[in-house]
Amino acid sequence: MSDVIDIDAIGEGQVAVMDQLPSGEIPAESPLHHLDSTVPTFTSKPAGVRLWEEALKGHLVLRGNAEDPTFQRGVEAALGMALPERLRSVQQGPLSLRWIAPDEWLLVCPGDQAAALEIRLRRHLSGHFAVVNVSGGQTLIHLAGPDAAMVLKKSCPYDLHEHNFPIGKVVTTVLAKTQATLCKIAADQWELVVRRSFADYAWRWLVDASAEYGLIGDTPATAAQRRASTGRHPVSSET
Amino acid sequence: MTQINRLSSGGRIDRETPIRFVFNGRHYGGYRGDTLASALLANGVKVVGRSFKYGRPRGIVAAGAEEPNAIFQLGAEESTQVPNVRATQQEIFEGLVSRPTSGWPGLGFDLMGAAGKLFGRMLPPGFYYKTFMFPQSFWEVYEKYIRKAAGLGRSPRVPDADIYDHLNQHTDVLVVGAGPAGLSAALAAARTGARVILADEQAEPGGSLLYSRDLIDGEAPDRWLHNTLTELAGYEHVQVLTRATVNGYHDHNFLTIHERRSDHLSDRAPEGQARQRMHRVRAHWVVLATGAHERPLVFGHNDLPGCMLASAVSTYIRQYGVVPGRRLVLMTTNDYGYRTAFDWQDSGHEVVAVVDTRQNPEGPYQEEARARGLTLMRGCAVIEAKGGQQVTGAVIAPIDADGGRVTGATRVLACDTLASSGGWSPAVHLSCHTGSRPVWRDDIIGFVPGETVQRQLVAGAVDGTYSLAGCLREGLRAGVEAAVKAGYPSVPTAAPKVNELTEGEAMALFCVPHLKRTSRAPKQFVDFQTDVTAAAIELATREGFESIEHVKRYTAMGFGTDQGKLGNINGMAIAARSMNKTIPETGTTVFRPNYTPVTFGAIAGRHCDELFDPKRYTAMHPWHVEHGAKFEDVGQWKRPWYYPKPGETMQQALDRECRATRESIGILDASTLGKIDIQGKDAREFLGRVYTNAWAKLAVGKCRYGLMCGEDGMVFDDGVTSCLGEQHFLMTTTSGGAARVLEWLEFYHQTEWPELEVYFNTVTDHWATMSIAGPNSRKLLAELCDDIDLDRDAFRFMDWRQGTVAGVPARVFRISFTGELSFEINVQANYGLYVWEKLFEHGAKYNLTPYGTETMHILRAEKGFIIAGQDTDGAVHPYDLGMSWAVKEDKPFSFIGKRGMKRADCVREDRKQLVGLKTRNPKVVLPEGAQAVNDPNQPKPMTMLGHVTSSYYSANLGRSIAMGLIRDGFNRMGDTVYYPQTDGSVIEAEICSPIFLDPKGERQNV
Amino acid sequence: MFYIHCPYCCEYREEEEFHAKGQAHIARPADPDQCSDEEWGTYLYFRKNPRGLHHEIWVHAIGCRKFFNVTRDTQTYEIKETYKMGEQPKVTSVSDTLETEEAAQ
Repeated sequence: MSDVIDIDAIGEGQVAVMDQLPSGEIPAESPLHHLDSTVPTFTSKPAGVRLWEEALKGHLVLRGNAEDPTFQRGVEAALGMALPERLRSVQQGPLSLRWIAPDEWLLVCPGDQAAALEIRLRRHLSGHFAVVNVSGGQTLIHLAGPDAAMVLKKSCPYDLHEHNFPIGKVVTTVLAKTQATLCKIAADQWELVVRRSFADYAWRWLVDASAEYGLIGDTPATAAQRRASTGRHPVSSET
Repeated sequence: MTQINRLSSGGRIDRETPIRFVFNGRHYGGYRGDTLASALLANGVKVVGRSFKYGRPRGIVAAGAEEPNAIFQLGAEESTQVPNVRATQQEIFEGLVSRPTSGWPGLGFDLMGAAGKLFGRMLPPGFYYKTFMFPQSFWEVYEKYIRKAAGLGRSPRVPDADIYDHLNQHTDVLVVGAGPAGLSAALAAARTGARVILADEQAEPGGSLLYSRDLIDGEAPDRWLHNTLTELAGYEHVQVLTRATVNGYHDHNFLTIHERRSDHLSDRAPEGQARQRMHRVRAHWVVLATGAHERPLVFGHNDLPGCMLASAVSTYIRQYGVVPGRRLVLMTTNDYGYRTAFDWQDSGHEVVAVVDTRQNPEGPYQEEARARGLTLMRGCAVIEAKGGQQVTGAVIAPIDADGGRVTGATRVLACDTLASSGGWSPAVHLSCHTGSRPVWRDDIIGFVPGETVQRQLVAGAVDGTYSLAGCLREGLRAGVEAAVKAGYPSVPTAAPKVNELTEGEAMALFCVPHLKRTSRAPKQFVDFQTDVTAAAIELATREGFESIEHVKRYTAMGFGTDQGKLGNINGMAIAARSMNKTIPETGTTVFRPNYTPVTFGAIAGRHCDELFDPKRYTAMHPWHVEHGAKFEDVGQWKRPWYYPKPGETMQQALDRECRATRESIGILDASTLGKIDIQGKDAREFLGRVYTNAWAKLAVGKCRYGLMCGEDGMVFDDGVTSCLGEQHFLMTTTSGGAARVLEWLEFYHQTEWPELEVYFNTVTDHWATMSIAGPNSRKLLAELCDDIDLDRDAFRFMDWRQGTVAGVPARVFRISFTGELSFEINVQANYGLYVWEKLFEHGAKYNLTPYGTETMHILRAEKGFIIAGQDTDGAVHPYDLGMSWAVKEDKPFSFIGKRGMKRADCVREDRKQLVGLKTRNPKVVLPEGAQAVNDPNQPKPMTMLGHVTSSYYSANLGRSIAMGLIRDGFNRMGDTVYYPQTDGSVIEAEICSPIFLDPKGERQNV
Repeated sequence: MFYIHCPYCCEYREEEEFHAKGQAHIARPADPDQCSDEEWGTYLYFRKNPRGLHHEIWVHAIGCRKFFNVTRDTQTYEIKETYKMGEQPKVTSVSDTLETEEAAQ
């Protein structure tokens, strides 16, 4: 590992940074890979709901003091975007950064960039902060369509009205008997971050709640994404 | 049978759409728009049930939610059975099948009915308490028959064929009730732009407008109703829910609405659609426009079929085109009741008499009655109904001005319908659900909603405003006020003009006097559903029950599925009179959710079957399924329990798994262990405060076991924490304790020590963890890992290393829960299954054996390792476990649990301590939970020493092993204790060290 | 079902997102080892059970994971205020005041 990441250069042995992706062509399996064939597709009526997993993304939890200008500047320098405001998400190219708590954000990136971004962040940040790779621990589910809001109303107690939940807002809330971080990314589209071990339950719940509206599940492209070989991304040398 | 009582015209039914349905095994016809009740009345069906206690025949009384008698069992198939449906609220559909829920064994001949007649005098209140409680052991027998006879309906015996769901809603204004007040409130609020939900329990919005004689803007109210509904339908921000009962009003304006989406369409819901939906509504403001229930008058034999509420009679005539009889006697205490006589007369049938209990009523209603040529008997009351199976006549007598006694001779008028109106009781139920006490108002002779902390407004009859003009006006005012308070600009809405007759003062009369005193008079029913009479209430107060809540429980008044909507106020008034108290002094019983019964389906929603509870899976779960694992629930996790081969018993599988691990190599999916990433310069200090042992010197690359205690000093979790970097640790917790431990750490960080610079994040799901254990584990790992020096001295016990396993970056921990040479391999969960399968590819030659939680338990018990939560129970501290080595008392900070362990009780000599137990017969496995005693022959209750916490058969040792708590156990090594069993046998066991195997720990140090 | 204003998310959220964690403003004794058994027992086990205003800790468990304080009326279930850790309540009862005075003495 040390041939790729010089831990000492980042945290001086203070923290263990690890590129967790294999270098060879080793298949990864998303939390929902086993559900490929169990998504019922109702073709009798125009589908009101589309549901798919955006699998195998990189997920990094970023912790720090939002009030600290040094931390703010460090994040901006590392990611090319400022920290989002409370309950908001910001986007920069393939990266999105969601507010989770006053001292916590979730960075979602292409699957092969998690380690590189962790290192970038660590290079730009100082003082009291933390970066944790949680890419294997959660996944993204997209819920879209004219009846997507109804499906969420069946599942979440949060007020989804556009006055209360505009595009770009992020809310961690109850989803049936588990939880999800909802982000509204378009008028009728939400991205849900769910924990790996609960993903099967969340998916089955959403499929069930969608049934009466007609559901289109995976397309071959999104299904294929769930079992993908992801090689390691070389660490960027820029600082 | 034809619809003999159907009028040739009128009503809101669709006469073009006839419908056939079944009641009690017979086929009947009705029309779309009919309720079961209106259709049965149209068909001349008088008796619809038998009463609870006396088995008396009962007919339809009301036309709404307050109906006490027409309570039916619905469903054509076993899987669609629904009990306790009010016929007055159930629309008919083609093929509907219904039966009375009461009346076992049949409506015609009723065993209990006969018994009730014979023994009626012997069934006083409290009868069941007094009679059937002795002997107590017989209660189960009694209960079965009482229940069967009691008419409570039954649930389906097979799974419900339909689905139900929940819908979370948020709204600015929730208007409850779509009568004139509710409609105006919704309209006024909607015009401001506020989000509005208008919910009504009936099939059609309108409430009293659906049968009202009044005019709005010079026309029948239908026009105004139509216009209002059309306007509301045009607003995107307005939802009008019908067949939707707001059944609960909870704290902070959270209300539940029970919507019946397809109960009116067919026996089963359309494919894929929820039959019923529970709306869970958070409303900024609530407008209660729940209206009022008419009070029946209480008189002798007032339960005979044919005795009805006056307003119900009007409803059947005007809304459904059904006149329930031919000859009407109407008794009323108020002017509003006169309308029923007018409606009856307009339907072309005979009004025998209008009996007005007031001495000298005079006003527009009396004028109209005279103009219509009606017989008006003032200062009189119907003191008794005549008839056997139904009303055949009314006994009428003059009464005094306050309704206290009969003042003259009686006369009998023949009739088949006896309508009564005792005034109105505002439907205050919802306003009471959050604890607000209703307030009595003498001027309207009823309780109205009292003060509340909820953001609640009231409008219309629920607040004692009974005139149509008043309801419309109040509705508009409340609607605007609610919207403005919710932050919307006021939009003025003018009230329409109403033509209605002015009403005179009503009389307060809750029990019509009889010639005989109440206890001797014919039964005067107060609560029809639970057969509570005026005499029973008086008896209860005579027997000393003074609180209305006690009277309620003693008599069962209000205990039916109708919750006493019809009878409660009369009953309270009778109790008050009997105790010489006023009604406000006596008060009312508390109304609680639900307003009307709710199906379990609607309560459960989609949280059933596969979706009842989340099932958490590890990345390797598909492999476990494929390889025949039996699963055990650990929290919400599905963990492999054991992996039986074809033909193997559980014990055989466990023996094989245990032997394979100790002899060669076994593998466990340990991904469910809680894992918490800890970063920050104070991480080490924090660990020292929450664990009982020392962390100051744990070097990078090392792991350490720790016990976590509460402030009381009792163990609540344990696990291994590894030092990943000087400021970076990975903590593991028990599988079930992961969330609790994380919250615990955050609690202390956020509330006690915010100055410590440390962040906690869960990585439980991120890492797939596979633990290989056994003498061959190093060999197997070496085949898949070439970048970690696995030499016993380079990679020592309690070290961790980073490397690659099967080409996947991994953290490998040399820790052991089995006492064997063991490695715990952690890879990102997306690669967990891949690495797991690679291990099996290479492990076949070592007979790599997957083992589950049960074998894990046996292997650790052989080593005397505890499981927090199994060998501990919240009353066990580290010293009780013999784990003083895990407590570092001289740490600079007084760690959590340190002070607790020092309390007098915790340092007692004779505390229960965890020891090993060997049964005298090595084949006998002690049951977990069994209690130890010194002398099995001592008299009961025996002195107990402690219980067995873990117990297994160990194939490796060829005998049973157990751990358990024993009082002063550490000083009793070698002693024998006895475990008496429920079958009378006694298991003898010797106290020993809990380390049964390899006490020097040589096996893991190879 | 409460509707609770999380002072960190600055929004009202449904009760399902929160866990109640008991009475607030109970400081861990600075030096536990110097506490008598009685003092330690009081810290561990003795809690108020007022009829009326109660200051309690809640955590936004399914949300921002932050602990905060709630002033709640135990009779009406009204939540009078929520405030961050380390802050003092603005809404207090007579018994709160008496206790503060006692502590000052």
